[in-house]
Amino acid sequence: MTFLSYLISGISLGSIYAIIALGYTMVYGIAKMLNFAHGDVIMVGGYMSFIAMINFGWPPLLSVLFAILVCTVLGILIEQLAYKPLRSAPPLAVLITAIGVSYFLQNAALLIFSANPKSYSSIIPFDSLRLFNGQLIISGTTIVTIIACIVIIWTLNTIVNKTKIGKAMRAVSEDKEAAQLMGISVNKTISVTFAIGSALAAVAGVLLCSAYPILMPTTGAMPGIKAFTAAVFGGIGSIPGAFLGGILLGIIEILGKAYVSTQLSDAIVFAVLIIILLVKPTGLLGKKTLVKV
Amino acid sequence: MRKHMKPRFYLTLVVALVLCLAMLAGCGDKGAKKTDSTESAAPAEKETEKADDKQAEKSDDAAPIKLGGIGPISGPAAVYGIAVKNGASIAVDEINALGGMQFELKFEDDEHDAEKSVNAYNSLKDWGMQILVGTVTTGPCLDVAAESYNDRIFTLTPSASSPEVIKGKDNVYQMCFSDLNQGIASAQYIEEKKLATKVAIIYNNADAYSTGIYEKFISEAEVRDLEVVSTTTFTDDTANDFSVQLTEAQNAGADLVFLPIYYQPSSLILAQAKEMGYEPTFFGVDGMDGILTLENFDTKLAEGVMLLTPFVADATDDLTVAFVEKYDELYGEVPNQFAADGYDSVYAIYEALKDSDVTAETSASDLCDLLIGIFSGDDFEFNGLTGDNMTWSETGEVAKSPKGMIIENGVYVGMD
Amino acid sequence: MRGLRLRSNIDNLLTYGLVIVAYIVMRLLIAGGNISSALQGQLVPITAYIVMAVSLNLTVGVLGELSLGHAGFMSVGAFSGVITATLLTDTIPTTWLRLALAMLVGSLIAAIFGFLIGIPVLRLQGDYLAIVTLAFGEIIKNVMNTIYLGYDKNGIRISMESANALKLDEGGKVILNGPMGAIGITKLSSFNAGFVLILITLFIVLNLINSKSGRAIKAVRDDKIAAESVGISVWRYRMMAFVTSATLAGAAGALYALNYTTVVARKFDFNTSILILVFVVLGGMGNIRGSIIAATVLTVLPEVLRAFNEVRMLVYAIILILVMLVRNNVTLRQLFQKIGIKRRNSLANNKEGDDA
Repeated sequence: MTFLSYLISGISLGSIYAIIALGYTMVYGIAKMLNFAHGDVIMVGGYMSFIAMINFGWPPLLSVLFAILVCTVLGILIEQLAYKPLRSAPPLAVLITAIGVSYFLQNAALLIFSANPKSYSSIIPFDSLRLFNGQLIISGTTIVTIIACIVIIWTLNTIVNKTKIGKAMRAVSEDKEAAQLMGISVNKTISVTFAIGSALAAVAGVLLCSAYPILMPTTGAMPGIKAFTAAVFGGIGSIPGAFLGGILLGIIEILGKAYVSTQLSDAIVFAVLIIILLVKPTGLLGKKTLVKV
Repeated sequence: MRKHMKPRFYLTLVVALVLCLAMLAGCGDKGAKKTDSTESAAPAEKETEKADDKQAEKSDDAAPIKLGGIGPISGPAAVYGIAVKNGASIAVDEINALGGMQFELKFEDDEHDAEKSVNAYNSLKDWGMQILVGTVTTGPCLDVAAESYNDRIFTLTPSASSPEVIKGKDNVYQMCFSDLNQGIASAQYIEEKKLATKVAIIYNNADAYSTGIYEKFISEAEVRDLEVVSTTTFTDDTANDFSVQLTEAQNAGADLVFLPIYYQPSSLILAQAKEMGYEPTFFGVDGMDGILTLENFDTKLAEGVMLLTPFVADATDDLTVAFVEKYDELYGEVPNQFAADGYDSVYAIYEALKDSDVTAETSASDLCDLLIGIFSGDDFEFNGLTGDNMTWSETGEVAKSPKGMIIENGVYVGMD
Repeated sequence: MRGLRLRSNIDNLLTYGLVIVAYIVMRLLIAGGNISSALQGQLVPITAYIVMAVSLNLTVGVLGELSLGHAGFMSVGAFSGVITATLLTDTIPTTWLRLALAMLVGSLIAAIFGFLIGIPVLRLQGDYLAIVTLAFGEIIKNVMNTIYLGYDKNGIRISMESANALKLDEGGKVILNGPMGAIGITKLSSFNAGFVLILITLFIVLNLINSKSGRAIKAVRDDKIAAESVGISVWRYRMMAFVTSATLAGAAGALYALNYTTVVARKFDFNTSILILVFVVLGGMGNIRGSIIAATVLTVLPEVLRAFNEVRMLVYAIILILVMLVRNNVTLRQLFQKIGIKRRNSLANNKEGDDA
């Protein structure tokens, strides 16, 4: 029973990683850049929903929408100001710019929201679920997080595979120039991708803070790195890969803590990652790229 | 397409230009600093004289004595540095308003990093610092204390609590308890009051403060036959999910969980324990203070939590009430123990110096000898926010007794 | 071909010249007492960061592989260097010799780590390779946080529990103390040592780049399959660049650690790896002189910005973004040149030319 409850904790943590990883993977798939500022957009999402709920007194659902709106606008703004001028620059230059944006967001948050942490109130009003005479307890947050994760994955997959903009995304991802020639606006597609990624970051922020209710300017940093790892783990650029990578990372982290060592839990996570990448060098569901001579 | 691009491009450009100006300002400052230091080839003294003259023209009061402060103002540990800085500034303003001896405080950021801390220390030295209030965190403090020991600058750290900080350095004093003290006192308290038969510990094994208290606690627990049934850890990188640590404690049948950690992870532990339906006694140390004033925290979660702490923000003595009021007025927040430590540090220095004839021209090393003499002297006692009748030993360790507190109905209640 | 070689020779001389002139200027300033404590205190870390940047440039610029865990090698070098220096305190009283040995041991251990880590890492490509270097960096940090190491007259003891578990005799000394890191280090590093290390690094790296092996490494970077088909052992040359880079980072780590009283594992985290990567990218990929300048400027910059107080790091972030934009966006660059802020960006433009 203890194992089962660890497993559920792992899936819950993993679901949050998965939603964050989706943001990384989509942006990478379409714009071919590692958006290291993604973790900090999560933090902004957390603060925005907090302010809406506590300071404005808005209902939870409206607060989440507000957070999504602000993050989407922020995502587009970052893309336009910091990344778009570098469209033709080498990928590493964009990576460094993204790191600059990450520093910027963290320090701006520090000045605006102060360094004092805030205790987040969970947006989820359900009580814990008690099974097997109370031996297995699943919190409402856990249930909502897992469901939200599945819904998001399903929706995204549908958007990418069934809609027109999804088609455009896939085309841009395959070959930017060819897509342009086919009349697809590459810039618009990339902007939409950033908008979706940032909206996801807002949702991830709300869920992250609901599950682990402490909010600081650095809240997004570590989950960001872990989720980036998860995205690569699953095969960067792949939506089901991000889902799988996120869930697995969460489970490995919790089970590693439980059965090996709490001291070395990070080392365990990363060691498993290395081993998996050695067996599958392009991640679990990543595409094997053919190198042409 | 092009049409759309233009306004965006100009927006970028405007931002760029503003930033370039900022950059120029930064570089200009560099130039200024350089010439400044060139002038004062023979370091501190000349510079203090210069500042002295300037100040003398401005006011009738004596020229201020230069206090340097160092702590994290940015980065993950910023909450502690900012609190110390704010607390110390309040003390300086109050003292200056009294007339007589004047202080000037310059507080530099170290990002909780030894390298940056030494940089901050050096730049304060260039400024002409006479006394150092800092540094805030233990790791960087070890480095800065070594520097200030060589330079003979009196150092009073508000909150670097490791015994290593003061070890072998006659000029370094602590305002906070040492980790040693806290670990032992906690074990003693738990055993003497028979709070528990089986104890679990959760500590941060990537943090010197937390590990320091844990080590002393565990060795004292052995001596006292306190049964520790579960010891688990976390790091700053894994400080979100505590289900494993709590389940282990629960399965081991612990009826008390000792948390030698800060209040942020503690708040998560309390929330997750409640969700699990695990209700042991939680016992914290001074790092736990702040949990009740954590914005939007459900204080019901902390019901029954015990802690040893020198400072509580809702104490009703005049000093604390006035301080908390002023802090809230200036910074819009409730001060934590770090702010109180910062405030006390400045006042302790003031108390030590107020009857002496030191001025802004007294050299840092003379001040250092003088302050060492006063602080380690038998008749120096200090009453502050974080304790009454504090005295210091020659090693630099403070003697004050931690207060046992229990949280009832969302407020601290003394346990004795 | 000869013309090319001549150009690269002149280029290398310029790089050496820059370092030597900078050193002499600093020495003169120190001798005249015309240097602020702030700048003087930064000299050793600057030299360490320069070596880090130059060595990372070998992996990122010359070999063309993104490494996000370079600070891990610095960490290995730092801790092994500190242990060596502490153990040799009584045996070798000469400071510079002890420092040199510490750096040597630091670099050797880092080389071994580089080789061991290189085996799995170099089987991968692109971002997957990058994430594995990140993973190793994090593992090193996590493990170093839990190591306690001390010595007494019976020898060295290691524990992963606590300093008490070492059960040292009286007179024993704890060198590594878990999350507190190495404490009570005797400072050995000096600006001179840093200067010598930079020269050695330049000698190794520049010679490697311009040697036959260096051309092979670049061939592997540009087209792996073509290189393989003309008989270049891809694995060997990738490993050569990777291990050299790790070795130099180890020496820099020892130099850095022995400049402070304490060193903690947390220092060598992902953020430090990224910081060094920023030096390399800003200085220009494969451009050694650029790395040196960028490392210096970006290490001094946060100190210069102290005048901004609370908004210091915000300004730093903005400057970083802007520099990247100006350096990489054609329209903006031309505009800035027109306005005549040429000088300010001459650093950036120079490098652009060298990239070719």
